[in-house]
Amino acid sequence: MVMAASETKFHVLAVDDTLIDRKLIEKLLKTSSYQVTAVDSGTKALEFLGLNNNDHHDVEVNLIITDYCMPGMTGYDLLRKIKESSSFKDIPVVIMSSDNIPSRINRCLEDGAEEFFLKPVQLSDVNKLRPHLMKRRTQTNVNKRKAMDEIVSPDRTRARYNELEVK
Amino acid sequence: MDVVNQLQRQFIDYSASLHREGFLDDQFTQLQKLQDDNSPDFVVEVASLFFEDCEKLINNMARALEQQQGVDFRQVDASVHQLKGSSSSIGAMRVKDVCVAFRSFCEAQNREGCLRCLQQVTHEYSLLKNKLQTLFRLQQQILAAGGSIPVVE
Repeated sequence: MVMAASETKFHVLAVDDTLIDRKLIEKLLKTSSYQVTAVDSGTKALEFLGLNNNDHHDVEVNLIITDYCMPGMTGYDLLRKIKESSSFKDIPVVIMSSDNIPSRINRCLEDGAEEFFLKPVQLSDVNKLRPHLMKRRTQTNVNKRKAMDEIVSPDRTRARYNELEVK
Repeated sequence: MDVVNQLQRQFIDYSASLHREGFLDDQFTQLQKLQDDNSPDFVVEVASLFFEDCEKLINNMARALEQQQGVDFRQVDASVHQLKGSSSSIGAMRVKDVCVAFRSFCEAQNREGCLRCLQQVTHEYSLLKNKLQTLFRLQQQILAAGGSIPVVE
């Protein structure tokens, strides 16, 4: 079966306030065949996600990779906002930081980050993203199939109808 | 072809010396490996961003340290932290190492120590800028002569 290009390319949203690091992460992701949108703040990241849902239903974000140290909204703040949102909580989030602080790393992982990369981020780090993305895609497909089964199955429909009659 | 070989050898030797003398570390090699047909000027572009960043941050540090009423060491440290990050991202090892020492002096609120580090970081930045410009010039010469840029491990 031939998959359409839009089906196989994952879309990653990269967040970093430093221009050099944005350029670097964008290049690393594109080299790994991901579609990339790079923004310079957590606020802009949330705006991008919000706009997506209202206007462009076919553009999804499959993963968010964010710097930890950013002015205003930190990467950790962004992680919390994503995980507390009913619309976005299933999007995997990865945190990057130039500081190796174990308590920081643990807190991020405990609060839902899939991975924590130390900067400078390497291609070998970016390779670790694929399993998280493949897992989500498989889960989404399984959920879609289940939903389809429920609509189609005649027995279930009959059972519900029967319940109504009894009442 | 002789000219190309000569230039390539010069490039390899110069690259090796920059690594040996600690100006560049493995991260710079990683950047060179990322450069491809889709982004043939990737390394030069990143280097330009780095130099711009350096100048801006060094100016910020200088201004903050000049304050006669009292130095805001957190402000200095914020700039040093940023410079440490950028230099780490490009593989500018000597600049990064000065930043590490610089942060300690900020933490200790040691103005003299900070000023010494500022001087050092300015010096290392301008040395590196010259050396990278030489390296990029060699690259250009190789390409102009019809050769390809060797990847130095």
